[in-house]
Amino acid sequence: MKQWEVVIGIETHAQLSTQAKIFSGSSTAFGSAPNVQANAVDIALPGVLPVLNKGAVVCAIRFGLAVGAEIARHSVFARKNYFYPDLPKGYQISQYEWPVVLGGQLAIQVGESEKTVSLTRAHLEEDAGKSLHEGLGPHFRECSGIDLNRAGTPLLEIVTEPDMRSSAEAVAYARALHALVRWIGICDGNMQEGSFRCDANVSVRPVGQPHFGTRREIKNLNSFRFMQQAIDYEVQWQIATLEDGGSIEQATVLFDPVSGETRAMRSKEDAHDYRYFPDPDLLPLAIDRSWVEQIRAQLPELPTAKRERLIADYGLSAYDARVLTSSLELVGYYEATVATAGQANAKSCANWVMVDLAARLNKEDREIGESPVSAEQLGGLIARIGDGTISTNIARKVFDFLWNGEGSSADEIIARQGLQQISDSSSLEMLLDELLAANPAMVAEFRAGKEKAFNALIGQVMKATRGQANPQRVSDLLRKKLG
Amino acid sequence: MSLTLEQVRRVAHLARIEISDVEAHRTLGHLNEIFALIEEMQAVDTQGIGPMAHAQDVAQRLRADLVTESDQLAQRAAFQAIAPETEGGLYLVPKVIE
Amino acid sequence: MIECSLQAMATALANKEISSVELTHLYLDRIARYNPRLNAYITVDPARSLAQARAADERLARGEGGPLTGIPIAHKDIFCAKDWLTTCGSKMLSNFVSPYDAAVIARFQTAGAVMLGKTNMDEFAMGSSNETSFYGPVHNPWDSSCVPGGSSGGSAASVAARLAPAATGTDTGGSIRQPAALCNLTGMKPTYGVISRYGMVAFASSLDQAGPLGRSAADCATLLNTMAGFDERDSTSLDRPAEDYSREINGASTAKPLAGLKIGLPEEFFGDGCSPEVMQLVEAAIGEYRQLGAETVAINLPSMGLSVAAYYVIAPAEASSNLARFDGVRYGYRAPAYQDLNDMYCKSRAQGFGDEVKRRILIGTYVLSHGYYDAYYLQAQRIRRLIANDFARAFQKCDVIIGPTSPSTAFKLGEKAADPVQMYLSDIYTIAVNLAGLPGISIPCGFAGGLPAGLQLIGNYFAEARLLNIAHRYQQANAWHLQRPDGFD
Repeated sequence: MKQWEVVIGIETHAQLSTQAKIFSGSSTAFGSAPNVQANAVDIALPGVLPVLNKGAVVCAIRFGLAVGAEIARHSVFARKNYFYPDLPKGYQISQYEWPVVLGGQLAIQVGESEKTVSLTRAHLEEDAGKSLHEGLGPHFRECSGIDLNRAGTPLLEIVTEPDMRSSAEAVAYARALHALVRWIGICDGNMQEGSFRCDANVSVRPVGQPHFGTRREIKNLNSFRFMQQAIDYEVQWQIATLEDGGSIEQATVLFDPVSGETRAMRSKEDAHDYRYFPDPDLLPLAIDRSWVEQIRAQLPELPTAKRERLIADYGLSAYDARVLTSSLELVGYYEATVATAGQANAKSCANWVMVDLAARLNKEDREIGESPVSAEQLGGLIARIGDGTISTNIARKVFDFLWNGEGSSADEIIARQGLQQISDSSSLEMLLDELLAANPAMVAEFRAGKEKAFNALIGQVMKATRGQANPQRVSDLLRKKLG
Repeated sequence: MSLTLEQVRRVAHLARIEISDVEAHRTLGHLNEIFALIEEMQAVDTQGIGPMAHAQDVAQRLRADLVTESDQLAQRAAFQAIAPETEGGLYLVPKVIE
Repeated sequence: MIECSLQAMATALANKEISSVELTHLYLDRIARYNPRLNAYITVDPARSLAQARAADERLARGEGGPLTGIPIAHKDIFCAKDWLTTCGSKMLSNFVSPYDAAVIARFQTAGAVMLGKTNMDEFAMGSSNETSFYGPVHNPWDSSCVPGGSSGGSAASVAARLAPAATGTDTGGSIRQPAALCNLTGMKPTYGVISRYGMVAFASSLDQAGPLGRSAADCATLLNTMAGFDERDSTSLDRPAEDYSREINGASTAKPLAGLKIGLPEEFFGDGCSPEVMQLVEAAIGEYRQLGAETVAINLPSMGLSVAAYYVIAPAEASSNLARFDGVRYGYRAPAYQDLNDMYCKSRAQGFGDEVKRRILIGTYVLSHGYYDAYYLQAQRIRRLIANDFARAFQKCDVIIGPTSPSTAFKLGEKAADPVQMYLSDIYTIAVNLAGLPGISIPCGFAGGLPAGLQLIGNYFAEARLLNIAHRYQQANAWHLQRPDGFD
């Protein structure tokens, strides 16, 4: 049995978060009635011309800076010529020889091991429209309907080197990229709406063979799960084909989530000849260095740097740092929480955000940005645990008040509900004296060496104070009295 | 150089222009005459000369990221009044096979 | 009135000597009478034109008229005009009623000009004789058995026969200057980027430029003042301060108005290839310029000879892509019967485009295709650079370059129609100007065998006002441009 090595490269189309299209003033909003967001330029009336949207270029530069790539000084738009009904001009404006972003790297984590995926390039281009094939009334049986609302939406196509060696690595890369484009605010990452779509180039070769095998490109993977399934299927199909003495032909394939299989596309059989050439309607894009530096200055701290800082400054574990930096919103919330609670409570803040808050959000299917408890409120609550005002158990009650909007801050709720811990020694001592007098049997058991009796006594104190006694203080005093 | 009939057919297919055998033959003759004219270029040494894609050496101007369209239902109606076939706001074409 | 300059017409309108409605009627009547002989117009819509004329009269009555308010202008059918049939001379767009206005059309509207009609042209501006139009050939008013030149043949014939006071055209390889020469008109292609291309159906984007066709340089300056200007919708439109293209023309007249002007005479324009009769007229015109004070210097444009070859790679390449949008999906012609999507494309395009357009699409598709791009397209662009460099060197030695516009006077209808290469060579003197992006103008310089010949003046970038003045000073001293063909009284 031969050992096979899997080789995967990924091309991702990230829809850029601009208001207007890349070459026209039409809106990029999702979900409108067909063709109402298609103006004269988008439907390619005779005589119309493209003008480049600055916002799209800024997004591309942001991305390039975030992956440590080279930002081209001169970049050129080219026409990719082919006929398709969702491509109104008969060509797509894309970039060919001179993309905006060259090179770059992205760190990924697979299980416990880290790996760096090299990027080849990232270029700007326009999206095509949509062909709708079914469910459109009897007249549509032999027809497709064309909706050009999406035509001209700005895309950044991000291309990797063939660096990945398993479906797990491919998915880890896609997840890391997905997190990054959202982190830097260039793409909403909505995979259902097609804002983030991946194509995977997959090939296999016998281990040790220096050259790559023939690859097949799986198009339009719009979920991480499908990506994993599609690559796994494709890999086993390619290996089975080769082991049966067959050969792989270069092809574009689609993944069918129902059957779990990939199949070659029918319409793209004939060899493409895209006849790329520089678009004469668009002049070369000049990107001067001061503009790049201006954009760099506006970039948020990037995930890797942020993680390292969380570990160094707050003493978080690598795991906690990774979870908290899964999105810019989450880490922003966390840092705002720490800012209120104080750095000494940073670890406690991490637990609250990752466990208590996350569970509650998850239960109600809310995003971090929709949390009814603000970071300042949560920080205020954690501060009161830290300084001993309340116990963790009482804090969960206060948290419920905050979640339900019954109170503006932890302090206000604690005061109103009288929830502060009783730490005052004299009142606790009085309480203990009463208790010991009333429970001579337990005292005797303890003195006989039964530690259980000690805990039972503490339980009695907590019960008597409705949980408000400071358990540590009670324990200390009790030992002293019994000691 | 001269083109072959097969090349003429392939180019016509790329350009999505139906071409009969008679037309292909006639076109082949014309194209070969034209390419004989174009071939004059090939003798010229252009090493080190930068290709000129535009008449002016100017950089691309950028538009602000702003939506400029309004009353788009009326606009769609105007655009689709001149379309060969539409239904429900969609342009109709013979079924696209993927 | 039909021999008045645009400026004189504007004065007559301002002084209420004539109304715009009357003036428009005058031209509409002439069109009704003479257009059947010429086929210069594709679309005339008297009701719509007269409505614009009435609006212009109201504006004039309020004293808000400008230099073109109320003056009827004919537009090449390449400019999209809202609610007007805009065919580009093609069956492909024979049903295309434009839902929007081209920038040029909108600028004339703003100026209060009256749209007199849409003029015939070579299909998608591809041709030098106006014989490739789906709407049939245009006849030259000077000899109806001859072509008017192309591709702006309808515009040229209409102005020459006085079926319009002036007209717009477009020039990708000579399509304003060559018909101007063949019809005894003044026609200018400005510097690339001076007039917005927005709404002008694209042929070869990096070469196309609109311009005026008129009876004099002064009229062309008036039109250019309206047509030129920055447009943010066209990325290749140049953002420069507005200028008055008449300013030099309006300068004082002296005995030697062009004293100190250096005219460059390129050796390459005066060799073989030009008919002796035309060359004689060009030489005579140069003599006139010396009389006006100019001096001449010999120059060289060594790469000029390659301009036709480079052009017939670059223009078809861009055209093959620009014309891909005509696919029968969103507008325009769709074949009545087809098997499937691909068949719909292939039949619609085969039936909707004429032979010359298809030929150029095939050339362009071929030169861009895999394995040929470097040898053809890139090589052509490098030669384009050599040609532009030639002009840059020449303009260090001279202010303006002069030569013939066209190697011959108007040729017979059908004479070159079957021979594409011969047709292409009729633009041998004009193409290099488009490749370099320079301004050029053609002015009448006499007659050979009863047919007019044109003198071409080429200026450096943005030298339009100067070029127009150099043309104007010649026209003050000569009357060739005032000649009108017989039979159009």
